[in-house]
Amino acid sequence: MSVRLTGVGLTHANGRRALQEVDLSVGRGERLAIIGPSGAGKTTLLRLLATSLQPSAGRVELLGAEPWQLAAGARRRLRARLGLIHQSPPLPPRQRVVTAVLAGRLGQWPLWKGLLSLLHPLDPAGARDALARLDLADKLFERCDQLSGGQLQRVGIARVLYQQAELILADEPVSAMDPVLASHTLGVLSREAESRGVTLLASLHAVELALAHFPRIVGVRDGRIAFDLPAHSVTPQALDALYANEQLGQPSPASPAPAPQLVTIPRC
Amino acid sequence: MKRTLNYLLLLAILLAVAASFVGLGLDFSGLTGAKGLAQMGDYAAGFFPADFSAAHLANIGRASLETLAMSALGTLLAALLGLLLALPAAGRVGEGAAALVRLLLNALRSIPELVWAALMVLAAGLGPNAGTLALALHTAGVLGRLFAEALENTPAEPAEAIRLAGGGRIAAFVYGTLPGVWPQLIAYILYRWENNIRMASVLGFVGAGGLGQMLYVSLSLFQQAQAATVILAMLLLVLAVDALSGWARQRWVSH
Amino acid sequence: MLSASATSGLRDPAALPRLVLTVLALALLWPGLQLSELNLAMLLDGDNAATMGSFVGAFWPPEHGDEFLALLGRATLETLAIATAGMALAWLIAVPCALLATRVLSVSALARGGRPAWWAGALRWPVRLLLIVLRSIPEIVWALLFVRAVGLGPTAGVLAIAITYGGMLGKVYAEICESVDPRPARALLAAGSPRLAAFAYGVLPNAAAEMLSYTVYRWECAIRASVVMGFVGAGGLGQQIDLSMRMFAGGEVASMLLTFFALVLLADQLSRLLRNRLT
Repeated sequence: MSVRLTGVGLTHANGRRALQEVDLSVGRGERLAIIGPSGAGKTTLLRLLATSLQPSAGRVELLGAEPWQLAAGARRRLRARLGLIHQSPPLPPRQRVVTAVLAGRLGQWPLWKGLLSLLHPLDPAGARDALARLDLADKLFERCDQLSGGQLQRVGIARVLYQQAELILADEPVSAMDPVLASHTLGVLSREAESRGVTLLASLHAVELALAHFPRIVGVRDGRIAFDLPAHSVTPQALDALYANEQLGQPSPASPAPAPQLVTIPRC
Repeated sequence: MKRTLNYLLLLAILLAVAASFVGLGLDFSGLTGAKGLAQMGDYAAGFFPADFSAAHLANIGRASLETLAMSALGTLLAALLGLLLALPAAGRVGEGAAALVRLLLNALRSIPELVWAALMVLAAGLGPNAGTLALALHTAGVLGRLFAEALENTPAEPAEAIRLAGGGRIAAFVYGTLPGVWPQLIAYILYRWENNIRMASVLGFVGAGGLGQMLYVSLSLFQQAQAATVILAMLLLVLAVDALSGWARQRWVSH
Repeated sequence: MLSASATSGLRDPAALPRLVLTVLALALLWPGLQLSELNLAMLLDGDNAATMGSFVGAFWPPEHGDEFLALLGRATLETLAIATAGMALAWLIAVPCALLATRVLSVSALARGGRPAWWAGALRWPVRLLLIVLRSIPEIVWALLFVRAVGLGPTAGVLAIAITYGGMLGKVYAEICESVDPRPARALLAAGSPRLAAFAYGVLPNAAAEMLSYTVYRWECAIRASVVMGFVGAGGLGQQIDLSMRMFAGGEVASMLLTFFALVLLADQLSRLLRNRLT
């Protein structure tokens, strides 16, 4: 089992219950899409799976281990096998793409190697391979702030591919791309996962994309799992019930561009 | 009501100014009386023409390099120390450590550079070593605080993302946080270097070497012509560093 | 499939500049270390460490004898007085210089969209140059010069502050005047109003708050500068600290440093108060 959640609940510090009684089992190599209305808890669920958030109730098992029962060192090693693709890629604007992609293996490299790579990239070929799969090989030495939102998201995906994670968690990975590019990128991601037998969980806003690329669909609403079905079994009625009061196929909000760096020079 | 309070405040300020003049018993007769003016005139005339002899210029050259080295290395040392202290000051090691380090940084920057220089001359002897250490200590306090503020205002997501992918704390800081604050840090360092070249020139007054020591000695020996050249050298040095710093700022900070 | 392009696109364009920069930095570091004689080990050297140790050890308890405290009080008041009197004189220098230097009162600029004619600049440039020269020489150098010219004591300090801070205030005042909306002043000048009146009615209302704020802030800096100038004999707290240090009187130095901190803190609070109230 790649992922096993049993009775998981999560309540934020401000008292808001984000997830309740979530049961989920995902086998190795499975690909599944998480859909649901805004604020349903998709991002919270993914962050929980990435061990960024700790559950308030229930049991979390990732890749055969319970992350919150481990010592810090063991948890770190577990995290090196998890790849989280952020909706808004957390890439420093002035960092170059090659460095940003190579940062994916920082969990596996010794410290000296990581520091050296910052000054002079130690594996540009590997980074370029990862970027080539997303048609971004020519941006290898560009700076992140020179890329568009969609390109940045693809760099984020390339980083996780370079990381060679065993469990890929993608939080709205194509939200800043046009429909054609989004579909193409999801296709690339799915094929990558399949070819290496890696588990892939992706949350998506666009239902058609989810149905087209993923064999298993999990619907989330109000912090609970509404349904967990094979793609061909998902009926329009189920979707209507899931998105009640929301229009289907609403264009997802583009990921916010990173704020421009304001350099203030102090006077006297 | 507010207006009367403001007028009273202005009156208080005027009274304070008047009291200052009276209390100090300033003796401007040295400047205004005929004899005084003649004396001042003589003194001022001694500065022209300035001494441009080769031997003196060679001395000035060496002293200028000494002053430049003092300011540059002092600032560099301060940047390293400041960054080291900024991490706990920004709360990365816990609240208790943050409060303690902030106190230390405040103490370091409250003591003026000249006082530090006098202390360092006591501790490490005369010469530019004392000056460099003095600049390093004072500037570390200033930069430490500025760096800590920059660190607090920078987004935490990039570093967090690296930690979630299994990276260690140091790697996460260097890859995630540092690239974001780097331009800000460079700007602060360049700004302090501009300030330090002015300070380095005068630390010699308490024995810390460089152009300051030359100026102090020549003025004490009433060698105004030599002093004039030293002052010119100081001006040129300050202008040069300002220009260099401006170019560096253009190149690496604003984009 | 290996081809020339497979490996050619991998050359890091930043590699050479970074290498050059590193080499340059290291090449400058060595002479820099030599010239600055940087030597942290000197702090731990036996004799030096012992001297410093006993000096710092004498910091506690800080000197608090009655006679000394009286001396301390007088020195502190003297420092305050030097800063205040110096700022007052600086203001007297700065205001006329600023008025002369600022482009906002240029009549020739009226017809040229804000830029004075070249001959109008001929008067302004010398004044600006004067302000730059006054500012660029550190106040302590002025203090040293004045100590040699008029003798030890607060007079030298007051004059040094007056000159340097006059230059600073003058430049900033001129800049502030130029940064406010120029149209009221321009309208008045175009209507034939004398320059001073145009300034008082057109520029001052908008600029006064910022000018005042900067002046108070500079007064705070002047207090710190007064203490520093004392080290070259210009009176006040600084001169006393210098004397006590020469006599290795650790307790006295400690008291005076504490007083200095308190003074700076108070000045900071007062400055904030004044800036909030008056602006």
